[in-house]
Amino acid sequence: MQVATRDAYGQALKELGEQYPDVVVLDADLSKSTKTVDFARAFPDRFFDMGIAEQNMMAVAAGLAASGKVVFASTFAIFATGRAYEQIRNSVAYAQLNVKVCATHAGITVGEDGSSHQSVEDIALMRVIPNMKVVVPADGPSTAWAVRAIYHQPGPVYLRMGRPKVPVVYDSVADLKIGQSVKLRDGGDVGILACGIMVSEALQAAAMLAEKGIEATVLDVHTIKPLDRESILETARKTGCLVTAEEHSIIGGLGGAVSELTASEYPVPVVRVGVRDLFGQSGNPRELMEYYGLTAQEIANAAQISMSQKG
Amino acid sequence: MREINQQVIEKIESKARRLRREVIRMVGIAGSGHPGGALSAADLVACLYFWEMRYDPKRPDWPDRDRFVLSKGHAAPLLYAVLAESGFFPPEMLGTLRRLGSPLQGHPDMRKLPGVEASTGSLGQGIGWAVGMALAARLDGRDSRVYVLLGDGELEEGMVWEAVMAASHYRLGNLVALIDNNGLQIDGPLSDVMSVEPIGDKFRAFGWETREIDGHEIGAILHTLNEARQVKDRPFAVIARTVKGKGCSFMEGQVDWHGKAPTPEELERALREFDSV
Ligand SMILES: Cc1ncc(C[n+]2csc(CCOP(=O)(O)OP(=O)(O)O)c2C)c(N)n1
Ligand SMILES: [Mg+2]
Repeated sequence: MQVATRDAYGQALKELGEQYPDVVVLDADLSKSTKTVDFARAFPDRFFDMGIAEQNMMAVAAGLAASGKVVFASTFAIFATGRAYEQIRNSVAYAQLNVKVCATHAGITVGEDGSSHQSVEDIALMRVIPNMKVVVPADGPSTAWAVRAIYHQPGPVYLRMGRPKVPVVYDSVADLKIGQSVKLRDGGDVGILACGIMVSEALQAAAMLAEKGIEATVLDVHTIKPLDRESILETARKTGCLVTAEEHSIIGGLGGAVSELTASEYPVPVVRVGVRDLFGQSGNPRELMEYYGLTAQEIANAAQISMSQKG
Repeated sequence: MREINQQVIEKIESKARRLRREVIRMVGIAGSGHPGGALSAADLVACLYFWEMRYDPKRPDWPDRDRFVLSKGHAAPLLYAVLAESGFFPPEMLGTLRRLGSPLQGHPDMRKLPGVEASTGSLGQGIGWAVGMALAARLDGRDSRVYVLLGDGELEEGMVWEAVMAASHYRLGNLVALIDNNGLQIDGPLSDVMSVEPIGDKFRAFGWETREIDGHEIGAILHTLNEARQVKDRPFAVIARTVKGKGCSFMEGQVDWHGKAPTPEELERALREFDSV
């Protein structure tokens, strides 16, 4: 089954609104694409379209949050974290406000719109800000979980979602917790740490490796900040080599975070699968994933390279 | 000054019709893209490229050329159609719109396609580019003029007004902003989503010379562009009332056609409409 994370977001946000009257939603003229339109139709009084004005949207979110609201502010990832970066940093995060920056259309799977609309830097940009939590769900069910979880998580959060339909990974999300990665497969030869749409690719890669007699541990690192140090280090100790996989630049995202952790705590080879310091471009999502090497095959290759680098 | 007569007007009208037909065909073949705002701006862009601007398609980097910046970069198919029609690249390339590896990116990329003056797509930034180009022309003692096309929804971006302020402060008489005032953005009419009216008063308050015209009346557009040339000490804004989706019966005034491609059947119907005129 395939569900777009943004569709799950729209539905979950509406349900959250039914339950909690302090939820207020903002959008910047993209409500039909980010799916906040579901909330807007159900609760027109608690939805404000701020127009094509992302910077102001974040400052308004700060003001609402400073007045006791739990604010979900949505637009495309590039405009949320790029255009409005400094507003998020100074007005939202520094002030530790209850603003949930919920961005859709992250990564290259935006597709045909091309580079101007494809954010491959947003995890890095959000991760570097103090007080900010960063959540990158793998599928529809875990997105719905994340929307509820971040409501209950005081302070600023960045939630990253995509445009296309993606395979469902989770049957049950009952045990998910912010800051705690999920072990989806256990193996002693290599550890594959993935987030977002790369989780299902990682599981496919692990199956491909198993056919060659290589057993991989697969972790869904849905929370990039705070990073689940214990599980990642435990995997590093057990397997002795890691691969990271993300629909994001190999600089500064999950791969960056894992490398920083292992370099100082338990050095092991880390091979990063992601966009290699490039801008995106137009193309259909699957073609682009092939072009930029965001595939199960690429992860499987990286696993073998990482294994060959073991001391 | 060249004479604006009926013959000129009819020639540009027929060019604009060709651009519209091509826009719909390209977006239809690509299977995605933004037809509405490309169609609303077709008459403005036809007047610029087939009358107003000085350029040489064989020398896209000619320093003395006039510049056109598509600040509302999602209207890229219109820019590509007019560049092909003007001879910057072979029209066969239009069929590659939005394909992997094509120079015709979903939003304009100045490093991939000759004639594209600015890489746009993130709204609000093109008018700042235009201010920079107008400053550079003055600095170099060139008489190049700079034209920038903005959406009316795009005016909601705060940085548009930062550029408007700078253009007036630096008395950029070589800069013309054209506002495609089609009254619609993505989430609905501007009047529901985020009102920017009165647009003319806002530009005037910032020190711009302004004209409010029918953006589909070729004669009016040409005369206004002539008037803009007479104003040497201030930037000039043309607020052009337009209809989103203009020229395609089922797209006109429909907010849903902002960013959606016609199906093969709809494409055929649209092309038939053009060919029967
Ligand atoms: C900074 C930024 N925010 C959001 C978008 C997404 N977007 C693309 S077109 C559009 C609506 C533009 O409306 P308008 O300027 O009126 O264009 P037109 O009606 O002429 O198509 C939006 C919100 C964008 N491209 N850039
Ligand atoms: Mg408009």
